[in-house]
Amino acid sequence: MEHETLRDVPRGSAKDFVVLNRVRMNFGNRSVFNSLSCGFPYGRISVILGGSGSGKTTILRLIGGLVHPVSGSVIVDNQNITRLSWRNLNVSRRKLGMMFQGGALLDSYTVFDNVALPLREQRGRTKQQISDEVHAMLKAVGVADADNLLPGQLSGGMLRRVALARAIIRKPDVLLCDEPFSGLDPISIRRMESLLIEINKQFGMTMIVVSHDIHSTLRMADHVLLVLNGRVLQGTPEEMRNSEDADAVEFFKDGL
Amino acid sequence: MATRPLSNLGFKSLKFVQELGTMTAFAGDIARTVVTPPIRVSAFVWELYKVGVLSLIIICVSGLTVGMVLGLQGHHTLVRFGAKESLGALVGVSLIRELGPVITALLVAGRAGSATAAEIGTMVATEQLDGLRMLSIDPVSLVIKPKAEAMLVVTPLLTAMFIACGLYGGYLVGVGFLGGDPGSYMASLRSNVDFHIDIACCLLKSVVFGFLLGLIATYRGYTSAPTAEGVSAATTSSVVISSVTVLLTDYVITALWGI
Repeated sequence: MEHETLRDVPRGSAKDFVVLNRVRMNFGNRSVFNSLSCGFPYGRISVILGGSGSGKTTILRLIGGLVHPVSGSVIVDNQNITRLSWRNLNVSRRKLGMMFQGGALLDSYTVFDNVALPLREQRGRTKQQISDEVHAMLKAVGVADADNLLPGQLSGGMLRRVALARAIIRKPDVLLCDEPFSGLDPISIRRMESLLIEINKQFGMTMIVVSHDIHSTLRMADHVLLVLNGRVLQGTPEEMRNSEDADAVEFFKDGL
Repeated sequence: MATRPLSNLGFKSLKFVQELGTMTAFAGDIARTVVTPPIRVSAFVWELYKVGVLSLIIICVSGLTVGMVLGLQGHHTLVRFGAKESLGALVGVSLIRELGPVITALLVAGRAGSATAAEIGTMVATEQLDGLRMLSIDPVSLVIKPKAEAMLVVTPLLTAMFIACGLYGGYLVGVGFLGGDPGSYMASLRSNVDFHIDIACCLLKSVVFGFLLGLIATYRGYTSAPTAEGVSAATTSSVVISSVTVLLTDYVITALWGI
């Protein structure tokens, strides 16, 4: 298992599709990370675990370019996105898809229009092609009959699945998921897990999932990043479960 | 200690200037999206409906009542000077030069401006704008531009509607209720309203007000804190800032127009 401390040499390897390198991040006067270094392997499901306020969602937002670090670099597919102009960042985001915790669907658009939106903004598809792709995607995530509903009319589970459909309709290289299981019942959690695993298998998408659900993590993750008290621990689920690090032991003991 | 009020004043002044700069950059962003594709006609038309059509009732009722009050007050004042035939001119010039553009702008700021700021602020708070960014869609192009364009186009049209209703209100009271001469009302209106001095100035004011209302409402929503309190603050500050800006700008345009 790899153990990162605040001043370790930046981690990255040819196998890591996304790398954060000595990232320092503040929100106002509050320091979130002092020198975060971690990597997310290509084509695998990585899960970021940690307590509330540990900075899990901030890592996703850094990768998505929605927030910028005070210092350090965020590298996606060998490109440092912290140095990109607004226009180039927009182009770079085509490799990314993000599923937000609350869905972040446009509340005045129907389910169909929300999922079709990214395809309509790209040119080169006819209305019929867009319609076929959207219907196929909605069927794949299990919300085929919800076309004309507004996001406010969906259950929590359905909302997450529509958000997932929208995030992957362009077949991005990386899917970022912010708390996809939060607030769901156990059956819906299992359904969402299976969906994510299936997407990973079918498209080979690199997935970075933020979660506080240890059971789901241990079932689906290939790689785990544990954020604790400003430190980061990385390894496979087995390595993390058997870790002798005191903070990790306490975290898993409380969670399990 | 004695210098603290001074340093606070200095800090607030710097913050105000910084805010003006940020707003100007935001206006530049909107202008950029106006001249670059996609044009987004259907979103613009929908916003025209929300801002314009849904404001018609309040504009017409307000215009009618303001015109009626002008007719009533004007009649009683002009009678004292033996000039009741000039009621049409009084109502017309007051509405066209000042009351029409200013009251319309204040009503649009209160109704459509606050709704716009609240809608955009809610989108910020629920990460809808971040969702668009992650889809490589510029939220200024998709969300902000149609709303700002609609306010710019709709404000002069609503001003015209307000003035038309006001002129009718003045006629209703002055001629219909108080027995004035209809021919005198229309003749004095026609002979005292000048295109260059009155109507062109009214048009300029309403266009400038529309631009400012669109900019302020969208800016306040876009930069609101992503909380319920932030949305509330954005909504109220949008109305207050829009109202004060309209009144100040009205004075500046009136002074520069040479009236």
